[in-house]
Amino acid sequence: MAEPMLKPPKVAISPLDWMRQNLFSSWYNSLLTIVVGYMVVTSVGPLFTWLFFEATFLGDEPSDCVGTGACWLFISQRLNFFIYGFYPDEFQWRVDVMFLLLAVCFVPQFIERFPGRKWFGLFGLTGLPVVGYFLIPGGNFGLEIVESSKWGGLMLTLILAYIGIIASLPIGILLALGRRSEMPIIRGICVVFIEVWRAVPLITVLFMASVMLPLFLPDGMNFEKLMRALIGITLWQSAYMAEVIRGGLQAIPRGQYEAADALGLGYWKKTGLIILPQALKMVIPGIVNTFISLFKDTTLVLIIGLFDILGTVQSTVTDPAWQNVAIEGYVFVAFCFWVFCFGISRYSQNLERKLDTGHKT
Amino acid sequence: MNNTKSMAAGAVMLCGVLAAPFATAATTLESVKEKGHLQCGVTSGLPGFSQPDDKGNWTGIDVDTCRAVAAAIFGDAQAVEFTPLTAKERFTALQSGEIDMLSRNTTWTLTRDASLGLNFTGTNYYDGQGFLINKDLGVNDATELDGATICIQAGTTTELNLSDYFRAKGMEYQPIVFDTSEQTVQGFAAGRCDVLTSDRSQLAALRSKLTDPSSAEILPNTISKEPLGPVVRQGDDQWFNIVKWVLFAQINAEELGITSANVEDMLKSDNPNVQRLLGTDGDMGAKLGLPDDFGHKVIKQVGNYGEMYDRNVGPDTPLGLDRGLNALWTEGGILYAPPLR
Repeated sequence: MAEPMLKPPKVAISPLDWMRQNLFSSWYNSLLTIVVGYMVVTSVGPLFTWLFFEATFLGDEPSDCVGTGACWLFISQRLNFFIYGFYPDEFQWRVDVMFLLLAVCFVPQFIERFPGRKWFGLFGLTGLPVVGYFLIPGGNFGLEIVESSKWGGLMLTLILAYIGIIASLPIGILLALGRRSEMPIIRGICVVFIEVWRAVPLITVLFMASVMLPLFLPDGMNFEKLMRALIGITLWQSAYMAEVIRGGLQAIPRGQYEAADALGLGYWKKTGLIILPQALKMVIPGIVNTFISLFKDTTLVLIIGLFDILGTVQSTVTDPAWQNVAIEGYVFVAFCFWVFCFGISRYSQNLERKLDTGHKT
Repeated sequence: MNNTKSMAAGAVMLCGVLAAPFATAATTLESVKEKGHLQCGVTSGLPGFSQPDDKGNWTGIDVDTCRAVAAAIFGDAQAVEFTPLTAKERFTALQSGEIDMLSRNTTWTLTRDASLGLNFTGTNYYDGQGFLINKDLGVNDATELDGATICIQAGTTTELNLSDYFRAKGMEYQPIVFDTSEQTVQGFAAGRCDVLTSDRSQLAALRSKLTDPSSAEILPNTISKEPLGPVVRQGDDQWFNIVKWVLFAQINAEELGITSANVEDMLKSDNPNVQRLLGTDGDMGAKLGLPDDFGHKVIKQVGNYGEMYDRNVGPDTPLGLDRGLNALWTEGGILYAPPLR
């Protein structure tokens, strides 16, 4: 038996080889590696020093913040305000219950083989808003009323985003179907609605809702600012959602419609059983993208005087009792947003993998 | 079923729209009493004027002005709910009835008083625009600022005041505009500009945010008049009088030496002015539609004007502002309240 002409390729590469192949393969790659490496080393060091090594974590008073690092005391002292806003202390357990339910519903979604996790998710999408509707404002079952003007912080951000997301998806689906309908009036209404709302910036919608609307309403007919903002956000978001879903609907081959017709299915059965499941699956990345951008857009309610998490931080960083704590405040807000947006993103990737039936390569 | 319900709701709403102009609206005082609390518009965060503290409670001189009105009506300074408002929203919120009074460091000007359907009830803080400069500049007076670069916050009247002042003096300047006050101070700290301009009440607080506060100083010049005060809707004179006289009562109390600490002893005073203010004699409260002892309640719970000032913006606070113009007329200031009789 003759010797093979070529030796089998080496499976294990030494780190030195890896570096030569990936970092120093030519003179300009070597140069880039050195420049970028220098930049990373010089910036990460001071960043970590500021964030952790020289930062103050323990203490009660502004004066406990000494040294050149971050003053995290400012965050820990005001954490309650940043999370609950003006929600009264004695009722904060109600918000805690909602946080807990949110975690119970959605954490299992990340764990394969968690028994009945589908039901947890379903409850999160349908039952959770109902529980929240009764629990957070109170007024029923002997719970004290807490006016929406007292809601704030992270809790308000989550409420705005969650309701915006949950309500805009079904409205968006209906609008997308309506826009592709063959009935001219329905199609007309949907086109006008989508084009009007999509052409207006969210900040304008919020301004109209908070500044103009009260002037048009008759005396004494006032509904809360939060409610007005929520309706504005939901309508605006559903126009976007409709266009994303329409993209999915258009990507379904004509044959699928014809096959459904040939089976003798009516419009709703055809849409519900054949078209939508395929269309929605295809546009998951687009839908999640809109969700994430909505989540971040909720900070715009700041300009109408609602204290979301960014609002609570911004209203307190100017407190003269503290040194300059603006950067700490904004880093904290950025971190909170990152946690939630990253969570949404991971979940959607999870969902995509699970629902994949072989269209992807 | 659902359809009939929503149609009925629509009809009710329509009737409401049609009937609204004819309905005799309840007075503001009646509606406040019915609600059980005062709804007061404040800023969404300005040190010393209205800002949430560590516990999420509103504090500040504007906040205390609201609390004093609540104390006068309900005998309870806590019977007030705050609506944080942006500069753009503040007048709409008052006009539309969303709030009962506005106490949001709002400058009293002719345009606002005459054309917005609003009334200013008085002044709870006399402010004015000033300059914070880098000491290295070696300038002692604003008239020496020709050619300076100036950090300023966008969209405020300070921009207009600044350009008026420099034009009147025939001087040049280079504005550098920032979006928020903390960005402005960052720009100043980074040396983007020689001078920072803002309301004097805020300059001290901004200065304390510098890494080395002693490197900057506040010039003595004041280039504009900014009388800040509470605002109410036009057309309800009783309510206008209440908000106006609660503040006057606090100023008169300081003049008469009544404080939250000695108010109980003062009840036994022989001074007829004190007796009228605290309601032991006369029916001053009834004339306003308030309990006769409203002055007693206000001073007991919120304090006189001086106490309110010292607690929020005075020399012992981080803002560290001297009384200056805001001292009583008897002490070199311009605070002068009409007599309570």
